[in-house]
Amino acid sequence: MDYVKLINCMRCGMCLPHCPTYKETFLETASPRGRVALVRKLQEGELVESEKFLEYVSLCLDCQACASACPCGVNAGELVAEFRCESKKEKGLSMMEDLVLRKLVPHPDRLEAATAPLRLYQKTGLQQVVRSLGLLKLFPEALGRMEGLLPKLPDAPLRQTISEVTPAAGKEKGTAGFFLGCVMSLIFSEASLATVQLLSTLGYRVVTPKAQKCCGAPNMLGHDLDGLKEAASFNTDLFDSFDLDFVVTDCGGCGAELKKYGQHLDGERKAEEFSASVRDISEVLFAESEALAAKLKPLPLKVTYHDPCHIAHCQGIRSQPRALIKLIPGIDFRELPEADACCGSAGTYNIEKPEMADLVLSRKVQNVQKTGAEYLVTSNPGCLLQLKKALSEAEPQVRVIHLTELLQMSMNA
Amino acid sequence: MENSFIKALAGIVGAPNTLTDPESLACYGYDSTPELQSRPGAVLLPGSAEEISQVMALCHEAGVRVTPRGSGTNLSGGSISFDAGVVLQTSRLNRILEIDEENLTATVETGVITSALHREVEAKGLFYPPDPGSMNISTMGGNVAENSGGLRGLKYGVTDDYVMGLKTVLADGDLLKTGGKVVKDVAGYNLNQLLVSSEGTLGIFTEITVKLIPKPVAKKTMLVHFPQLEQAALTVSHIIAARIIPATLEFLDRVTIKCVEDYAHVGLPLDVDAVLLIEVDGHPAQVEEDAAGIREICERHHCSFFQTAAGPEEALKLATARRVALSALARMRPTTILEDATVPRSCIAPMVKLIQDTARKYDLLIGTFGHAGDGNLHPTCLTDERNPDEISRAHKAFGEIFEATIAMGGTITGEHGVGVAKKKYLPKLVGESGLRVMRGIKGALDPKGILNPGKIFSLTSD
Repeated sequence: MDYVKLINCMRCGMCLPHCPTYKETFLETASPRGRVALVRKLQEGELVESEKFLEYVSLCLDCQACASACPCGVNAGELVAEFRCESKKEKGLSMMEDLVLRKLVPHPDRLEAATAPLRLYQKTGLQQVVRSLGLLKLFPEALGRMEGLLPKLPDAPLRQTISEVTPAAGKEKGTAGFFLGCVMSLIFSEASLATVQLLSTLGYRVVTPKAQKCCGAPNMLGHDLDGLKEAASFNTDLFDSFDLDFVVTDCGGCGAELKKYGQHLDGERKAEEFSASVRDISEVLFAESEALAAKLKPLPLKVTYHDPCHIAHCQGIRSQPRALIKLIPGIDFRELPEADACCGSAGTYNIEKPEMADLVLSRKVQNVQKTGAEYLVTSNPGCLLQLKKALSEAEPQVRVIHLTELLQMSMNA
Repeated sequence: MENSFIKALAGIVGAPNTLTDPESLACYGYDSTPELQSRPGAVLLPGSAEEISQVMALCHEAGVRVTPRGSGTNLSGGSISFDAGVVLQTSRLNRILEIDEENLTATVETGVITSALHREVEAKGLFYPPDPGSMNISTMGGNVAENSGGLRGLKYGVTDDYVMGLKTVLADGDLLKTGGKVVKDVAGYNLNQLLVSSEGTLGIFTEITVKLIPKPVAKKTMLVHFPQLEQAALTVSHIIAARIIPATLEFLDRVTIKCVEDYAHVGLPLDVDAVLLIEVDGHPAQVEEDAAGIREICERHHCSFFQTAAGPEEALKLATARRVALSALARMRPTTILEDATVPRSCIAPMVKLIQDTARKYDLLIGTFGHAGDGNLHPTCLTDERNPDEISRAHKAFGEIFEATIAMGGTITGEHGVGVAKKKYLPKLVGESGLRVMRGIKGALDPKGILNPGKIFSLTSD
């Protein structure tokens, strides 16, 4: 790891109030400044990689709120992630990490096959039985938590059912390549359909290449750098084979990863160009505000917005989703306190570190309660899963939806 | 530190709030001060005034040293424990206890974050003016202990001007209550004022009552470019001399302007010596009159450009230059040494010039920005801690800058405190009698010298 990146931290503490785990613990070791100090002291030989050390470092959600706040341009989250990656390379992954991050998630086919029994499980009503009998307590805790997060799955993954080309409605003004995230396709296919419908309505032909692979973010988490490069290279070539004006995604995590392909492939020109062409759906829709506004019908709803870390901190997109929500006539937009604080989902964090994840999540839920909103809008599948589950328990009247679903509601109102 | 003693401490604050693992100790061995590093014997996070009192009684009995700490944003090494004593972090005492709208006071626990208090009182149309640069994380207790300033110091004063009452745990664990909600109080020595800016050497605050004022209704923000440094400095003096007191009167020099522009692209000119950011607030009519007066003075001093913000959004844009000054400078080199030299307002020009000359003499990159309106400048040296020669030149340069500051009738710190970083300059500033009085007070309140040892001055005159 680059030592200069570590010593650039001037320890001013500006990151502390933005760090979800510091806010819950007040512990220096649970702060970005502290984590940089820990890794630095390890490199300097003042500390050793003890169990406690790894425990402290692994408490980071990698939400990168610290990077947004840092005056010196230090990205504590990324430094810690890099360290964890290096450490995992030496020590190897846990069985769970290996299974989920390497063997399952990066392969859409396997993932879709693996979730097929889940569809059956839900469809046959077995899920109802298991839940009502409290049988989940019999599963290992992590599995139980995973099951608990699952909303109702669509009949089939969107990747299998969507046509590869969706024509533009009316006059065609361009072609968009649609990158389907795995969780979006598997679970939130309705939101992704809304994305496609919005693009089509605005005059874009939407190409959804069926062969597309996972964006590679899980490979990164599992320190499978070869797998990551392979995915980046494959997706770059695939999308390049279509004549596209830009590539769009409605998954914050995928967007953040796709925008880094150039970096992952060491500045390879094709990958740089691909990354530069990637847009979050909110960026595309914001640029089309005028045309979009003409199609939106009034929705008299109280709405608030949660900034996904991968949208706000990793891609710097904050104003566009808010502007789009406010575009809808009759909307009563209420700013969410600490809107850009992590919801605790953070990849597999909510399964690996349930206690901290719950603390961070309950703060988010309390903030949502303060707004009095009826709809919580966000635009990342991890956040959707986590917040849907939490709010269905704490505030069942609050609906959690993707930004494109809200816009579609207004369009079809 | 002995195991039995740590056990006794844990018996008071609870085991999860008693940290002795090497990782925690390493992380509590620094604050925001560059270059300083240590390792305490234990870290405690008490949850109440009662626990702090018991901890102090125990440490006093055993002669163990205690260094209080809030969020660790100290810039003079004041929250670092330089021996194997106890670091006592106050963050868990973080409740806003009361906002008294009849008496216009707020009472908070010591660990309350300054900007959290701002939010709460401003929601009620009230105002707590002190706004240190670190206000989003610094604690009220730390602000009081260091007597923190901020961008609004010129018109509204500093923390000291707002502290009305304190509850303080003394070195032996006794609880001392000073001041309160009364506006007038001349009963005995002003212990309240004594404790403010005591840098954690006389006691540990547990509760703080501050004065609130009505929130100003109108505000105007201006950004002014000056091709010549002297003219910018004269403008500052003449605004004050014209009896106009802006809320904010901030200064950025050429080095800082270049860094800010390179980093933030806010449209600053690269061919000027200085820019001033000026903000006036208060009654709308007064704000208009002050702004017109300021414009006239700026133009008389040959400003090359005068910009007034049309609305709050543009005001924020103008203020961005000042707000990102530290960020812009800090990104240039790995080690940022942010200093705190303060001179009488009439000496701003010679001081800034002297800083620039000293930087040249020692071949250093120093950018200066700061609160020109109250003479509080932040010469910021951009270095690399891996280059001992450069660091040594930086120290020599600051030595000369502080000598000159004192010679001009200024002070070695306007808002960061003496701590350990400025300790060597203090005797020159306050003299032997000053030190004798300070030592006497310290001895009376902390006879064993266990509270934040080694800070401000040495206990003996060696």
